[in-house]
Amino acid sequence: MDSLNSLIDGFGTALTPMNLLWAAIGVLLGTAIGVLPGIGPAMAVALLLPVTYGLEPTGAFIMFAGIYYGAMFGGSTTSILLNTPGESAAVVAAIEGNPMAKAGRGAQALAAAAGGHFAGGMIGTILLVALAPTVASLAVDIGAPDYFAIMVLAFIAVTSVLGSSRVRGLASLLIGLTIGMVGLDQMTGQQRLTFGTLQLADGIDVVIVAVGLFAIGEALWVAAHLRRTSGEAIPVGRPWLGKKDIRRTWRPWLRGPLIGFPFGAIPAGGAEIPTFLSYVTEKRLSKHKDEFGKGAIEGVAGPESAASASAAGTLVSMLTLGLPTTAVAAVMLAAFQQYGIQPGPLLFEREPELVWGLIASLFIGMLLLLALNLPLAPVWAKLLRIPRPYLYAGILFFAAVGAYAVGGEALDLVILLIIGLIGFGMRRYGLPVLPAVIGVILGPAAEQQLRRALQISDGSVTGLVNTPFSVTVYAVIVLLLAWPGVRKLIARGRGRGGDGDGGNESGGDRDGDRREVTA
Amino acid sequence: MTTPERTPEQATEQMTGQPSGASRDGAGPGDGAGARNSGGARDWLREHSELGVGLLLLALGVLVLTDALTMNVDISQRGPVGPKTVPVVVGIGLLVVAVLLALDVLRGGRGEAEGGEDVDLGEPSDWRTVLLLAGVFLANAVLIGPLGFPISGALLFWGSAYALGSRRHDRDPVIAAVLALLTYIVFDRMLGVPLPGGPLMGVL
Repeated sequence: MDSLNSLIDGFGTALTPMNLLWAAIGVLLGTAIGVLPGIGPAMAVALLLPVTYGLEPTGAFIMFAGIYYGAMFGGSTTSILLNTPGESAAVVAAIEGNPMAKAGRGAQALAAAAGGHFAGGMIGTILLVALAPTVASLAVDIGAPDYFAIMVLAFIAVTSVLGSSRVRGLASLLIGLTIGMVGLDQMTGQQRLTFGTLQLADGIDVVIVAVGLFAIGEALWVAAHLRRTSGEAIPVGRPWLGKKDIRRTWRPWLRGPLIGFPFGAIPAGGAEIPTFLSYVTEKRLSKHKDEFGKGAIEGVAGPESAASASAAGTLVSMLTLGLPTTAVAAVMLAAFQQYGIQPGPLLFEREPELVWGLIASLFIGMLLLLALNLPLAPVWAKLLRIPRPYLYAGILFFAAVGAYAVGGEALDLVILLIIGLIGFGMRRYGLPVLPAVIGVILGPAAEQQLRRALQISDGSVTGLVNTPFSVTVYAVIVLLLAWPGVRKLIARGRGRGGDGDGGNESGGDRDGDRREVTA
Repeated sequence: MTTPERTPEQATEQMTGQPSGASRDGAGPGDGAGARNSGGARDWLREHSELGVGLLLLALGVLVLTDALTMNVDISQRGPVGPKTVPVVVGIGLLVVAVLLALDVLRGGRGEAEGGEDVDLGEPSDWRTVLLLAGVFLANAVLIGPLGFPISGALLFWGSAYALGSRRHDRDPVIAAVLALLTYIVFDRMLGVPLPGGPLMGVL
């Protein structure tokens, strides 16, 4: 078993004291950030991108991975105790978790969520170890047309699967592609959209775009609509599970990853769909159907496990194909680019120490999460009381630090603010942010691969579809474009599943679906 | 459904802390009709302010196309596809999307404003706070050179907290100063990411 040996080497890398420290910092920071309202994992990783200027890659990615998993756990804490899910993946946790907390079973809800994250993360990471090297070796011979096809797939996936409106997704993608074009053309040195200024000739750094859209845009958007009376968090003790609860949770914990992992690996919108599917499944299989909507523990355990497993699935396509399927993966891809590393099939050959160290640290991070979070839960709950002005002032502050650190230029701060205002407008008018970020990150690379492919074929368009791999990818793209029909069917099932607790289902892109259900 | 009828719904939204998108969405097209009945062109524009997004996309598309078509590429062209092609495609794409978006808005489609843990969509936008924050942020961009990061960063944090409604004049500046100084030390001295120290660090 080649990958087993590599994994053991990976543990050698991850278990050095420095890397253990980064994993611990990542997990703690991630949980704190996930608990803090208003900061999602994507914003957290974006705000931390500047540390890549001072840190070697392995340590940085170990920390980022810890943040990713930690933030998922922290997000469900907020959902359960405050009933205001900030991330789509945590919506389902609120449906059953919050009634549990209100009924005085918050400790059990948190424990069921923690167990779910642990089980889902572990199983998901094991699947990642089993699958990723195979995918990478299958894809290792791919050339320019294949890379271009993969990137087109990423563009189509983020614009047409996520969100409720394709036009708005497409608009966002095109904005991102435009920002990505600013600067010197990589192949010819031609100036594009620089308006003759020297500062723009270097292009707009991905860090500035990511921080601007995720952090500044979000902070300004919240500032414009700040809830003056924040909800009261339900106080909670140390999480634990009784025998009866464990009997009810272990099966959902194991079932969750089966749903979550495949959905994470394909570009289908991250954790939102699998958590919901898991919820519906648990409801159908439960012996306590009457409790659903009033605090059924299975409805916390299954979806949370699915959410963490989907995060592991996301890493498969990110590491082996360089295809980011969620916002966090997109920002992590930007971090890879900062180091000049191109994730893709060759990553496992070229950077085995980094990749396997990262994967091993996922296992370690999961153990740390379980060990830290159960006893620390009451402390995390206190974080919910942070005064909102400090929270959002802090986000602006660290965003400024990050943007300035890129090049030490005050002009970057002005560009950051402008991109932040674009992010604000996008939130106001329902343009999803993710396609823009993917456009900035993948756009320049996609253009290069396109031109390379057409150069080889001497301008003939057939040069884009002359490999079996690219043909397969384009077939997948066609399937994706047919996806809305499938999604409608799911929405119908979802509408039925959510009937009893419609009031708890908040959030954006469900509206179109709901209208159909009620019509 | 007319505008006044929405108020009780908003009240329940605030009580449950859950902006329920479905009710807002259902009210959308009806609102437009109500506004037209009262005959106010301004109301109609406000209702369809999303058309502005289409206009901006249109302007961006024109900008990208102009830039691409005025490019002088014959010296640098290598291969069949030069630096012009992709900008032209993106520019045309922007124009098409701008038109499609405008059509969608006129047909009653609405971009769903993003919700969040601390977001209360029941209230109108608080422009004063947003402008203040933007101003404070710009001030930081101007001051970071002459004053150095420890001072400009502290002003950024304090100013932002003030704009967001914090009025603890005993506590806010202290937190701001400590945060800015700590960040400076961690980034500049420990992580090796240079930040300008300014005159303050020259003295210390």
